[in-house]
Parts: sequence; structure tokens; C-alpha cells
Amino acid sequence: MAFEGLSEKLQNVFKNLKGKGRLSEEDVKVAMREVKMALLEADVNFKVVKTFISNVQERAVGQDVLNSLTPGQMVIKIVNEELTKLMGDETTEITLKPGNEITTIMMCGLQGAGKTTMAAKLAGKFKSKGRKPLLVACDIYRPAAIEQLRINAGKVGVDFFQMGTDHAPVDIVKAALEHAKSNNENVVIIDTAGRLHIDEEMMQELIVVKESVNIDHTVLTVDSMTGQDAVNVAETFNSKLEITGVILTKLDGDTRGGAALSIKQVTGKPILYIGTGEKMDDIEQFYPDRMASRILGMGDILTLIDKAEAAYSDEKARELEKKIRKAEFDFNDYLEQINNMKNMGGLSKILDMLPGMGIGGMNMKNVDLSAGEDSMKQMETIINSMTKEERANPDLLNPSRKNRIAKGAGVDIADVNRMVKQFGETRKMMKQMSGMFGGKGKKGKFKMPFSF
Amino acid sequence: MGEEKEKKGFFGRLVAGLAKTRDSISSGLSNVFSAFSSIDDEFYDELEETLIMADIGIKATMDIMDNLKEKVKEQKIKDPADCKQLLMDSIVEQMEVPEDAYDFEKKSSVVLVIGVNGVGKTTTIGKMAGHFKDEGKRVLVAAADTFRAGAIDQLAEWTNRAGVELISQSEGSDPAAVIFDAVSAAKSRRADILLCDTAGRLHNKKNLMEELRKINKIIDREYPDAFRETLIVLDGTTGQNALAQAKQFCEVAEITGIVITKLDGTAKGGIAVAIQKELSIPVKYIGVGEHIDDLQRFDPRAFVEALFSDEGTDSSDSEN
Repeated sequence: MAFEGLSEKLQNVFKNLKGKGRLSEEDVKVAMREVKMALLEADVNFKVVKTFISNVQERAVGQDVLNSLTPGQMVIKIVNEELTKLMGDETTEITLKPGNEITTIMMCGLQGAGKTTMAAKLAGKFKSKGRKPLLVACDIYRPAAIEQLRINAGKVGVDFFQMGTDHAPVDIVKAALEHAKSNNENVVIIDTAGRLHIDEEMMQELIVVKESVNIDHTVLTVDSMTGQDAVNVAETFNSKLEITGVILTKLDGDTRGGAALSIKQVTGKPILYIGTGEKMDDIEQFYPDRMASRILGMGDILTLIDKAEAAYSDEKARELEKKIRKAEFDFNDYLEQINNMKNMGGLSKILDMLPGMGIGGMNMKNVDLSAGEDSMKQMETIINSMTKEERANPDLLNPSRKNRIAKGAGVDIADVNRMVKQFGETRKMMKQMSGMFGGKGKKGKFKMPFSF
Repeated sequence: MGEEKEKKGFFGRLVAGLAKTRDSISSGLSNVFSAFSSIDDEFYDELEETLIMADIGIKATMDIMDNLKEKVKEQKIKDPADCKQLLMDSIVEQMEVPEDAYDFEKKSSVVLVIGVNGVGKTTTIGKMAGHFKDEGKRVLVAAADTFRAGAIDQLAEWTNRAGVELISQSEGSDPAAVIFDAVSAAKSRRADILLCDTAGRLHNKKNLMEELRKINKIIDREYPDAFRETLIVLDGTTGQNALAQAKQFCEVAEITGIVITKLDGTAKGGIAVAIQKELSIPVKYIGVGEHIDDLQRFDPRAFVEALFSDEGTDSSDSEN
């Protein structure tokens, strides 16, 4: 089953454009029709799409495209620029007040958007930055919502405040602020009940909170799978509560996330973070430009580089570089590469971030990635069954040693042979690539810590 | 789901729900359409926009429109109002719920409720438990969402309200084991309906989907005589991804029906039309609120009327 992402769609469109030397007005129109379809399929709001298309068309059919030497690239550039413009061109985070001054953050959104989980993730994030967060349970309606927040507060190891279900949220918030003051807590995160944007009474409840205490950040949490209605939801929450930012959840699914574009367009408010999983540290900074590039099929290569750098220190990179040059790359290094990949979120996350995965035969998304991840696990097991000497000196391996390793790892000898062969090829390739590792300066620092 | 509520339909509830809105949006789409005196491209564009704005999706919309244009030609329809009626009727016909759709309510059945995170599975089960209990059925509920913090407590609260028994283990335990226990209990207590809550899982998480396959197998193996009903719960505000969800869940379980939740907002849940078209799974229930009686049987006519009603979608200023 193929779930063609927006990036793949656009790439296919532009692949056709690239085939031509020059770009006619008709070509732009055809491309724009495809862009329009792709955006609609990605759940970008109909009106937002209309505006976007007319903006791009206006610019694209201008002379700068037609005079350009590579018209296809020019269109990509314009679409990318407009998309980035739409997404906002800056990274924005929740700013915390300095020192012990309390920063108040109120979560809001529809039912099931992921507010409670996200509130705890935020608390964990601020705690890791050395802050003292307090999670406040104001969802007095949904059964066990308070309990859910309490458990998650425990998971991230932050303080938790509740007053049961019999008090008005505004009173709970007031008491929570007192509690925070006396406990030297400086970030107060308020979880609220999910509510419909058209539910006057429920919206009033939050308006009262905002009017009674100082709320620094009102954050709208939105399910990234939301369809056309995202516009209505965001617009209404924004007009009633003056939201300061947006958090998108469930982006680890395969949704194309067009809601992000729509929300940004109608509210003008920045998207702050994204939720990418069910673990408490599955929260990431939102990069509008990267999102735009990703939509265009340039992949989220920047995110990948960031992650690779974090997983891989400079020192280790230099050491490895030396080894590769001398062709000393051994099983210990190989094992380390596998671990590095795991630290970067596994094969599927890495592939997601790479550009060009959706073109023609390269449709990696259709490949069963868990098979790849399983084989990585098997490699690890096999290497772990080797002796220290064997790991450091791959040439030692003879049939009898391989037999023993296979038994130790609980695999077939054929699996060991395959792994050793693969390792040999990787080593060969790394040797060939070693010329590329000579560069100095910032760019040279990044080494792909794995091979494809 | 009761007779009376059925008559009222969720369209009625949607309209009632709109009393909540401060500024009423008066210009309905029907007004926009009545402005057309002939069937032209502009009229078709308007219809197309309505369908897309309802989340039916570009592909299904194109199919529907092509089909409509053909019929208009064939039947020599000239009046835009007739054309719109034709369109609505054809969607109603497509969304018709088969007669045997609610058979499980009358048999000894196991109802497995699945879906992605946050769509309202637990709430739906709570409402169902209350409803079936009111009908005098022996209802048992299995808490197989052992993953999400507080999920078991949430379900316990619902079953408490409904006055039905809950089979559960502690958080973090094996959901398959919970199902196993629940099935044995259902058999020995001769329960009429066993409702199984499961953890929300994104459809692209392979190991979680495998877990679901396992749960499904256990029910088949341990209780082969039970009438099986597997409901996928879809959030009515979800866009095109709902189709991907339905497809992927079909791979691990034989889905027999759809529940669309959160239809009391401004979202139309139009993706259900695309899903019905592609997978031929009928929508059986809709959720329109947080109260125990806010679950209703699906009414295709009311659903389609809501698709074409303008309240909340703000189409009046769509000319840009």
C-alpha cells in the first residue's frame, strides 16, 4: 500500500518539469494543478491552497522563471519560498522568564488532541533545562484525566498539583500558583479539558482563567491529522483566547500534516513544538523552513544532520576517519555505527528525513523497515558473539570460528557469512570514500555514520 | 441509539449545538446554491468546494463529480437544485447502512474497538456499555488499553456510571492477557456483549499493529462461537489520514463497522464517504458529545444534509 507523501507528489511533478529545457506558461499551470491536488490531499485548507496557488502562479509565470536556465528549479524555488513564507521563517520556542519568576503556560485544544501527554512532555523538557516545573490538573470533566496527568508527572519526575473535580479551573490555577511560589517552582503548566471551539460555556471557562491570573503562554494543541476543520478550530481558539503558539501532535504517523500550513496561515501564530511519539521525550522543536523543504521533497536533511551530530561526537569522528584511512575499520566500529543509528531513532526515522526517498523505484516507504531494523539487531547479536580478538581483527574469521559465532548468536551460519560479507563491502566502500573525509571546516565535520 | 434519539438525528443535534455559537452564520450553502440559475462550471466548482471542505478528499470528490456530470447529461437535468438533490441522494445511497449491521446487538458477541490515539475509543465504549445495559443486556467490558496512563481508571469510571462489570489488570500488563481473561469471563458468565477497549495506536507502528492481530486471534481461538464485531473509531475532525488508518487496520483485523466521533463540532467527517467508497465498510455509529447517551446510530440522510449545510464552515466568503 503506497502512501504517497506530499513531498513525493511534488517531486514527481517537478521531475516532469525537469525533463524540459524551458518552461512554458502551460507547464506552470500543469505543475500548479498538481501542487494544488497534492496540497488538498495533504489536508491543507481549501482556501489556503487557493491563495497559495495564485501567489505562486503569479510569481512563476513571470519572466524570471521563463528567462531562467533551469525553469524547473526556479519553480521549486518559488514554491519553496512561498511555502516557507506560509510556515513562518523563524524557529520559535516558549520563552521562560529569568530566574525564579514564574512562567505560566496554559494548554488548550479539542478532545483527544494530546494535551495531557504534551503538558507532561513540556514539563520534562523544561526540567531537563534546569527549571522546576509544576503540572496542574484542570481537566475536571474527562474521567481519570487527573490520574493520567499525575502518572505522567511521575514519569518525567516533576511536581503535580490537583484539587479533584469539584473546583472551578480558575480556583485550581490560583491555588496552584500559590503552591508553586512556596515550593520555588518556576514553570507552571496547566492542563485543561478538551473542548469544542464552538462550546461557548467551555470556552468561557478558559477566558475566565486568562482574565483572573497572568497567563504568559496560551498554547493550542492540535492533532496533525486534522482535516479542513483545522482552520475553524484554530481561528476560533485564537480569537477567543489569543493563543500565543501551537503544538502539533502525532506527527510520528504518516499524515501529511497539511493542517500545519492552514493553522499558521489563519492564526499567524508560530508552531512551537511537535509531538513524535508516546514516550515522554518524544517532543521536538518545530523548524518551519525544514518542514517546507520536507514538503518539497528536499527531505529533512537538516534535522538528520543535527541528530547525527548529537549522536556522534567530533572526537569519535576523527578517530573513525583515521581508521578508515588506514583501512582499520573493524567490527567494534561496525557495532558502534549500529548503536549510533539506534540513537538517531532507528532506520525508519532516518529514512523519513532523507530526501528523494519517494521517487520511482526508490520508494523506500514501501519497504518493510522493521525487516531492516531486525537485521540490524541480528548483526549486533552476531558481533556480540565474537571474541575481542575477532572483533578487532576481522581477517581472523575462518569457517570454524564462524560456526562457533553462529551457535553463540543462535543464528544460521549463512547469517554470519552474510553479515561478514556485508561488513567487507562496507569497509571497502568506506575506504573508497576516505578521500572525501579530508575536508576541513564546518562541513567536513559531519560524517555519515552509516552506509547505504 | 434509542428510537427517539434516532428520530432527532444528529443533524438536529448539530443545529442545537450551534446555539452555543455567539454569532450565528446565517448564509447557508443552500442559499449560495439557489443563486445559481443554470448548471455551469461555476456551479460545479461550488459543489466541488463543498465536498472538499467537508474532508471527502480530492480523489473521491473528483469521482463523485464525474459521476454526477454524467448523470446530469443522461437525465437532461437543467435545474441546479435538482442537480444538488441528485448529488445528495447518490451519497445517501452509497452510505446506506446494511440491514444486518446491528445484528451483534442481538447475539452473544465480542465487540473489539480499535483506532489511533485520541479518537475517543474509551468514551465510545463507555457510551455503548451504558446503552446496552439500559436495554437489559449483560455487558462486560475489557480494559485492554494497558499502555496509556489513566486509561484503565477512565474506563472504570465509565463502567461505574453504566453499572457494568470491568475486567482489568494493572497498567503495563499484557493486553492479550486481559482479553484472554475477559473472554473466559464472558463465556462463564454468559455475557450478551463483551466490549473490548484497546490502546490507541498509530497505524504505521508495526509492532503495535501486530499486537492487535494477536488480540484478534485470541478472541477467535478462545471464543469461536461468539459473534464478532470489530469497530474502528475515527475522529470526525481527521482529514485524509483517516483513509490510511482504515486501510491499515483492515490488514490486522476484519473491520465490520465505523464509528465517527466528535461530530458535534464544525467538522463534517466527510472522509467516511471516501472510506465507504474504497473499503465498503459501513458507518454504524456517530458520537456527538461527551454524555453517556451521545452515541447514535448512523443516519445517512442526516449525515449528508449536514455535509451540505453551511453552519460553521464559513463558506460564505469563499470567493477569493
